Amino acid sequence: MGFPPEFKVVVDKEKCIMCRRCTIECPYGVHVWDEKKKTIIRKEENCVACQRCVFTCPTKAIQIEVRPPAYSPHPVWTEKVRRDIRLQAETGSVLLVAMGNEEPYRRYFDHLVIDACQVTNPSIDPLREPIELRTYLGAKPDYLELEESYSDIKLKTELTPNLKLETPIMFAHMSYGSISLEAQKSLAMAAKEMGTYMGSGEGGLHKDLYPYADHIIVQVASGRFAVHEEYLKVGAAIEIKIGQGAKPGIGGHLPGKKVTEEISQTRMIPVGSDAISPAPHHDIYSIEDLSRLIYALKEATRYKKPVFVKIAAVHNVASIAVGIIRAGADGVVLDGFTAGTGAAPQVIRDHLGIPIEVAIAAVDQRLREERIRNRGSIIASGGIRSSADVAKAIALGADAVYIGTAALIALGCTVCKQCHRGKCAWGIATQDPKLRKRLKPEEGARRAANLLRAWSFELKEILGALGLNSIESLRGNRDRLRGIGLTEVELEVLGVKPAGR
Amino acid sequence: MNVDSSILDIIRAKKLIERRDIAPRIREEGDFVVVDAKGLHYRILNEVVYELAEKYKKIKLINVNGQRYIADGLRGDYYIEIHGTAGDDLGAFMNGPEIVVYGNVQDGAGNTMNAGKIIVHGNATDILGHSMRGGVIYVEGDVGYRVGVHMKEYKDQVPIIVAGGTAGDFLGEYMAGGRIIILGLKRRFTSEIVGDWIAAGIHGGAIYIRDSIEEDRLGYGAKIAEFTEEDKKYLAKILEEYCRTFGYDLNKILEHEFTKIVPESHRPYGKMYTD
Repeated sequence: MGFPPEFKVVVDKEKCIMCRRCTIECPYGVHVWDEKKKTIIRKEENCVACQRCVFTCPTKAIQIEVRPPAYSPHPVWTEKVRRDIRLQAETGSVLLVAMGNEEPYRRYFDHLVIDACQVTNPSIDPLREPIELRTYLGAKPDYLELEESYSDIKLKTELTPNLKLETPIMFAHMSYGSISLEAQKSLAMAAKEMGTYMGSGEGGLHKDLYPYADHIIVQVASGRFAVHEEYLKVGAAIEIKIGQGAKPGIGGHLPGKKVTEEISQTRMIPVGSDAISPAPHHDIYSIEDLSRLIYALKEATRYKKPVFVKIAAVHNVASIAVGIIRAGADGVVLDGFTAGTGAAPQVIRDHLGIPIEVAIAAVDQRLREERIRNRGSIIASGGIRSSADVAKAIALGADAVYIGTAALIALGCTVCKQCHRGKCAWGIATQDPKLRKRLKPEEGARRAANLLRAWSFELKEILGALGLNSIESLRGNRDRLRGIGLTEVELEVLGVKPAGR
Repeated sequence: MNVDSSILDIIRAKKLIERRDIAPRIREEGDFVVVDAKGLHYRILNEVVYELAEKYKKIKLINVNGQRYIADGLRGDYYIEIHGTAGDDLGAFMNGPEIVVYGNVQDGAGNTMNAGKIIVHGNATDILGHSMRGGVIYVEGDVGYRVGVHMKEYKDQVPIIVAGGTAGDFLGEYMAGGRIIILGLKRRFTSEIVGDWIAAGIHGGAIYIRDSIEEDRLGYGAKIAEFTEEDKKYLAKILEEYCRTFGYDLNKILEHEFTKIVPESHRPYGKMYTD
């Protein structure tokens, strides 16, 4: 049983010059040249609306439209539900999807508004006055001990290493394997230029990325792919991945067909073998075990780098985060349930975990109550779409954020949700050498850096309007947020007042 | 580097080994430098080892009593002798050194090690050789649970674990490469040579067990393969050094029946997902 096509390929016959560019650009086999009939056939059932043909058509003759629902409408048995059931009945398999949660849960960012100064406590103009976005990630001492002598003041307290960010936005962990080397390189170059960091993901560090390693946070996941002493030592910081927002509680797995020669070298596993990251770390069954791994990594790098621990935002996230900070981590990364992924079972992605906004608020609150907020930073990720989301995340209590999907969109991603198929028409989520060429790292870096530049300036505008001259003053400053259309309980959890109060 | 470590460097300007409370614990003995680890916190002991590694290639630690992370992330052709019980994560992430322990080792020895050798004249506990990618671990006696979990191999890097005694449950779990050999020569705590759920989730590498093993003891994804003459030759080669190290009789070991356990598939979940 086939499925009716989801999209309609509309070609303006008057504009089309039969140049066949679309047949080369489309990796999904929608536009196919028919040698006998000397014409281009459009196989609409293959179309994923990636827009590659639309953008590359020299005469702009192609348009992709959503087909009106082919099924008789029903409010419960939606077209998607019916499609899913039929596909599973056919294959007996788990539905695999890419990008973030598609269920229409409440997005709290869209129910929060930011304060501004009027008359009293005047606002600041970021064009003419300094506003600081610099952020330090890592543990801060409980207090500072100073040694004063006749002519000098010296710091006696031993400081632990921190990461210095010029803007509180970093590029999220997306592994080499899930995205192309060109995509990783684009982000690495942009991170270096903008004085921020990118995550390596769990696929190791390709040798071409070593020049940017001082702007890369290297990840240690349960599969321990490519984790070796040099990898740990070159990175700017280390992140232990316990969980991921798009698939909390389950492991990862790069299918053998994607383990090419180059991937194999970087991950240090044989070509064609499945790269399986188990759901748990097999040396971690408790907070004490986590602490052991944190210190094993600190020992291996001689206490020169901060070690963060990433978890998916789940029900008891505050208690877990407290455990992580008490275990010795220099920061906790919270990944909300709207986080993107290169591949995850649909049922997990759409139904497990909690929203990032709630997680940030709960964790910041609990760490403050336990008086250990200074001992670790909070890094938030999962569905951050704009500088407004960044500002709201920070006001809720985050120190910095990671952006993944937004960064990929900057590189050219159109969110067609086909990452898991490895045929990305934009050269991002693919290892196909022909497709990879479509993304030029220099151009990607320019665009990714521009996004950070634009958002950073917008952040300064927001801070100026708030009358704050540094991002630090916004952190956890929930008094500058108000909720709209939220219940009393939701407001309490977020720690914000309703608009009007 | 954007890490603000300048202040740390100032604090650490004076080396630990020159400090008045540490220096008397250190002495030279032939090519060796000997450190008395008695009562030292692991952070101090390991810093001392790292500082000595700048000057010495052979380091002997005496009175070790559970200090963790010894030789973690150490790279180079060092020879480290440990007298006493080494704590968790001995030689984790290490790349090259040879460690000889006269005593037992605790959890996670050789965790994610890349190259080198760990020889234990005693027993080892859980997750020995977790995710190790290269090098060898020889244990004279028993090993604990989840030994060799997620061991992997890459090209000429094929890690090997040999244990003279018995092993616990989940031996070689999620194994993606390398070789594990369990000899069961001494069975002090149990009559079973290995625990249950052997090689659950294995998708690479092989396990040799010097006994007959029933199929129903294996975990998901594992199967028993024929033990061939070639396997015997391979074991003879691998075990030669092991037997020399611990004074076992190689021929006597090889006379006994072996079971070889391998993955059913290198792609166990190939058909699990659909787009």
